[in-house]
Amino acid sequence: MKRIPGYLCVALLLLVVTYPLVWLFLGSFKTQDEFLNNPTTALPESFTNFANYTQAWSAVATYLQNSLLTVLPSLALIVVFGTAAGFALEVLVWKGRQTTLMLFLAGIMIPGQMILLPLFTIYFNLHLTGTLWPLIITYTAIGLPLTVFMMATYFRAIPREVFEAAAIDGASVIRSFVSVGFPMMRNSVLTIALVQFFFLWNDLLIALTFTTDDSKRTVQVGLLNFTGQFGVVEYGPTFAAICINVLLILAIYIFLNQRVMRGLAAGAVKG
Amino acid sequence: MHSVLGDRKSVAILLGPALLVYSLIMLVPMLWSLGYTFFTGSVISGFTWAGTANFSKLFDDPALPDALWFTVKYAVVITVGQVLVGYLLALLYVYFLRRAGSVIRTLVFFPVVLPTVAVALLFQKFFEYAPQTGPVNAVIEAFGGTGVDWFSTPGHAFLVVALMDIWRSMGFYAVLLYAGLLDIPDEMMEAASMDGAGTWRQIRSIVLPLSLPVLVSSLVFSINGTLKAFDSIYALTGGGPGSATTPLTLYMYQTSFAYGDYGYGSTIALTLTMLCLLVTIFIFRGTRRDLAQG
Repeated sequence: MKRIPGYLCVALLLLVVTYPLVWLFLGSFKTQDEFLNNPTTALPESFTNFANYTQAWSAVATYLQNSLLTVLPSLALIVVFGTAAGFALEVLVWKGRQTTLMLFLAGIMIPGQMILLPLFTIYFNLHLTGTLWPLIITYTAIGLPLTVFMMATYFRAIPREVFEAAAIDGASVIRSFVSVGFPMMRNSVLTIALVQFFFLWNDLLIALTFTTDDSKRTVQVGLLNFTGQFGVVEYGPTFAAICINVLLILAIYIFLNQRVMRGLAAGAVKG
Repeated sequence: MHSVLGDRKSVAILLGPALLVYSLIMLVPMLWSLGYTFFTGSVISGFTWAGTANFSKLFDDPALPDALWFTVKYAVVITVGQVLVGYLLALLYVYFLRRAGSVIRTLVFFPVVLPTVAVALLFQKFFEYAPQTGPVNAVIEAFGGTGVDWFSTPGHAFLVVALMDIWRSMGFYAVLLYAGLLDIPDEMMEAASMDGAGTWRQIRSIVLPLSLPVLVSSLVFSINGTLKAFDSIYALTGGGPGSATTPLTLYMYQTSFAYGDYGYGSTIALTLTMLCLLVTIFIFRGTRRDLAQG
C-alpha cells in the first residue's frame, strides 16, 4: 500500500514522456480529413497508409543526405584533430600547454552568435554560401573545444609509462600516438563521436545561417520550412517528416543508449 | 625520454590542425566580431564606420531591455525547472525504483537526444488550438474548460516553451543527479532510519546536503546552456507573439539577418557574451567560497 503513490508517479512520468511521441507516430498515418474531423486522440483509421511517408520522404531525402554529408566529415575531422590535440596537450611535455588547454576551454563558453557574422562574411566572400563547406568547416571548429578537453582528460588517466616505454622502444612521438595512444582511446573516441553527432545533427543556428540554398538544407532547417511550405498545413506529411527524424535517432538510441547517456553526462560542461 | 615526449615538431604536427581550425573559425571571428561593433551595414550592403553609435543605441533601444529580461527570465525559470524536476526524478530512481529503474531511466532520457526542431514542431501541434484541436486543448475541453490559444498570449507561449524545455531535458539532469545520489552511502540512511528519521527527514538532512555539490554543478551547466538558448525558441514560437519570447540570441539573429545590421547584431552578441561571462565568474566565485567554508 505504501508504494502506491510511487507507482502513480512512475505511471504519470511514463505517460508524460511517451504520449507525445506515440501521438506523433499515430498522427503520421492519419489523412488530412482525419486530422480535421476526428478527435485528436483517436487512432488512425489505417496503419498501412504510407502516403504521408512517401510525400514526406520526397523532400526529406535530400535534407537527410545533406545532413549526412556535413555531419560525417565534420565528425571524422573532429575526432582525428581533437584526439591528436588532446594527446599533444596531455602526454607531451612542453611549455604553454596549460595555457593552450585553457584557450580551447574558452571556446566551450563562447555563444555561437559571437562568430556567426564574421564567418558569414568570410564564406560569402569566398563564394562558399551555396555549398555545404561552411557547415563542415564550422561544425569541425565548434566540436573541437569539448573534444580536445575530454580527450585530454581521458589521456590523463593513462599511465605515462606506457608512452615512455614506447619511446624507449624507439617509437617516435607520432608513431606512439598512431599505434599506441589512438588505439587505446578507441572506446572514448566512439563515445565522443556519438556525443558530437547529436550536437551537430540537432544543430539549427549554424545550419540556418549558412544555408542560403533550398537544395542544401539540413534535416533540421528543412523540417522547419517543411511546415511553412504549403498554404494550408498538411498535417499528415508534416507528422511523417518529424517522425522520420525521430525514428532515425531512436534507431541509434536503441543500440547505443547506455553509451549515449554516459557520454552526454561526461560532456555536460557544454551545458 | 623527456626530450622524445617534448619534441617540438611532433607537438606542432599533432596540435597544429586543431589549433589552426579553432583559431581561424572561432578565435579570429570573435575578435572580428568585436571590430564589427564599430560599424554599421552588412556583407551585402557594405560597411560604414559608426564609431560608438551601436553602443549608444544599446541604451536607447526599447527592444533590448525586453530581450535581456526575457533571456534572464528564461534562463532562471528553465534552470530551476530542469534541475528541480531532474532532482525529483533522481530521487524517484534511487529510492523508489532502485536499481531496477534502468529501462525507465533510458526511456526518460530519450527526448534529450531528439532534435530540438522535431520536439518544437511536435509541441506546436500538441498544444494547437485551431484548425486541429491538439491533445492538451482536447483534455481541457473534456473537463469542461475552454481551449487556450497557447501561442497568442505571451504568458501562455512562455509556459509552453518552459514545459517543452523541461520535458526534453529532465531525463538528462535526472541521470546526472542520479549518479550523485548513488554516491551517498546506504549505511548513513540506515543509521538515520534506525534513529527514527522518516523518509522526508532523511532527504532533508542527509540526501540534500550531500548532493549539494552535484546540484550546484547541474545548475551551472543548465544556466550556461539556457542563457544561449536559440533553437528551441526559434522553432517553437519564433520569438512571438510579437517579440514576447525573444531572447538576446534571437534578437541578435533578427537584427543581423532580417534587418541586415551586422554592427548592431555584433553589439548584441557582445552583450550576450558579457552576460555569460559575468554569470560564470559569479558562479565560480560563489562555489569557491563554498569550498573554502567546507
